[in-house]
Amino acid sequence: MIENEHPHKFIKYLRTERLPHLFCPGCGNGIIFNTLFNAIEMSDVDFENISMVSGIGCSSRIPGYVKCDSLHTTHGRAIAFATGLKMANSKQDVIVVTGDGDATSIGGNHLIHAARRNIDLTVICVNNDIYGMTGGQISPTSPKGSYATTAPYGSTDKPFNIAEVAKAAGASYVAKYTVAQPIQVSNAIKEGLANKGFSLIEVIAQCPTYYGRKNKLKTPKAMIDWFKENTISLKQAEDMTDEELEGKIITGVYINKPRAEFIESLDAISAQNSDITPEDNINKAYMGD
Amino acid sequence: MIYLNEDLCKGCYLCMEVCPRKVYTPSENLNHKGIRVPVFDLEKCVKCQLCTLMCPDQAILIEDDD
Ligand SMILES: Cc1ncc(C[n+]2csc(CCOP(=O)(O)OP(=O)(O)O)c2C)c(N)n1
Ligand code: SF4
Ligand code: SF4
Ligand code: SF4
Ligand SMILES: [Mg+2]
Repeated sequence: MIENEHPHKFIKYLRTERLPHLFCPGCGNGIIFNTLFNAIEMSDVDFENISMVSGIGCSSRIPGYVKCDSLHTTHGRAIAFATGLKMANSKQDVIVVTGDGDATSIGGNHLIHAARRNIDLTVICVNNDIYGMTGGQISPTSPKGSYATTAPYGSTDKPFNIAEVAKAAGASYVAKYTVAQPIQVSNAIKEGLANKGFSLIEVIAQCPTYYGRKNKLKTPKAMIDWFKENTISLKQAEDMTDEELEGKIITGVYINKPRAEFIESLDAISAQNSDITPEDNINKAYMGD
Repeated sequence: MIYLNEDLCKGCYLCMEVCPRKVYTPSENLNHKGIRVPVFDLEKCVKCQLCTLMCPDQAILIEDDD
């Protein structure tokens, strides 16, 4: 790029030499940048203290554009790498960006166990109901009846509600919104950053190129309209039958209930059983001794 | 003022979709990338910033005039 005297207010957080980013026109991944930076600006977190981790997928390319330390790891393992990073230096704010495939197919076990341990990570799961990067295969969240290259007659499976899975596994903060609700998404990321524990923010996002093309929602606008038509609140969902809930996007804060955090619990055990302080441990991790 | 960076805009028209005041319309001319970038009617803008939050390519700046 692409010098410009009047840049977008969040350009300062991006590696401008890499712009424009590789996302297709109208891809929901681009909106995630805005909600993330909006959240960081509203929160007490210092941008300089953030490290980002991702796996593999279109959504997992997000950290590579952000001007902070980042790890682009292997498919499904972002949360595992992030766990190591956070344990090596628990003072940094670690944000994971992952896709529906990355987080809930190949990486499903890492997700549920990180939630169970309540390790202090903020996970943004960009759910486009499909494998975008590899050309449109079905994912664990693809709605029943939706089409993909691996479901030419429509999926017959019951999809995961990722937010519900994370809550059931023990996450202390979980929220879910669509990119058509950028203010709510920003607030949820802000709350996730503030929560000392495992936070998951599921963001329903459009992949017009594969999901849209396969499912007669070819334009970004058509996909956004489809989200809006099918979005309901947790409160509305309470009185609905399973049949009525099929295909609905249930949005809101699923849980916000802080509890003992993984590394703090380990530090407490260390303090009881050894003379090594958490500070020493951090130094050892960095100095390699 | 509204500034739209043509080098970043990919012509997805999500700005048009979300703007409550119908500020944007596609340009009549194709640009060097073959995109009809949105053109705007500044008078109508209420500076709500929704378009800047929804633009996936960080192509828009809305500045308060003071
Ligand atoms: C171990 C391994 N298995 C499979 C792949 C191929 N692969 C790359 S991305 C991807 C799925 C990505 O889907 P998702 O996480 O939903 O990301 P999206 O592209 O939709 O944002 C797969 C299966 C891989 N890179 N590594
Ligand atoms: S393939 Fe889909 S998810 Fe990937 S960049 Fe294109 S629109 Fe976005
Ligand atoms: S700031 Fe609001 S009113 Fe102005 S162009 Fe953007 S969306 Fe429209
Ligand atoms: S939302 Fe952004 S990229 Fe899309 S048409 Fe508008 S200015 Fe261009
Ligand atoms: Mg996906």
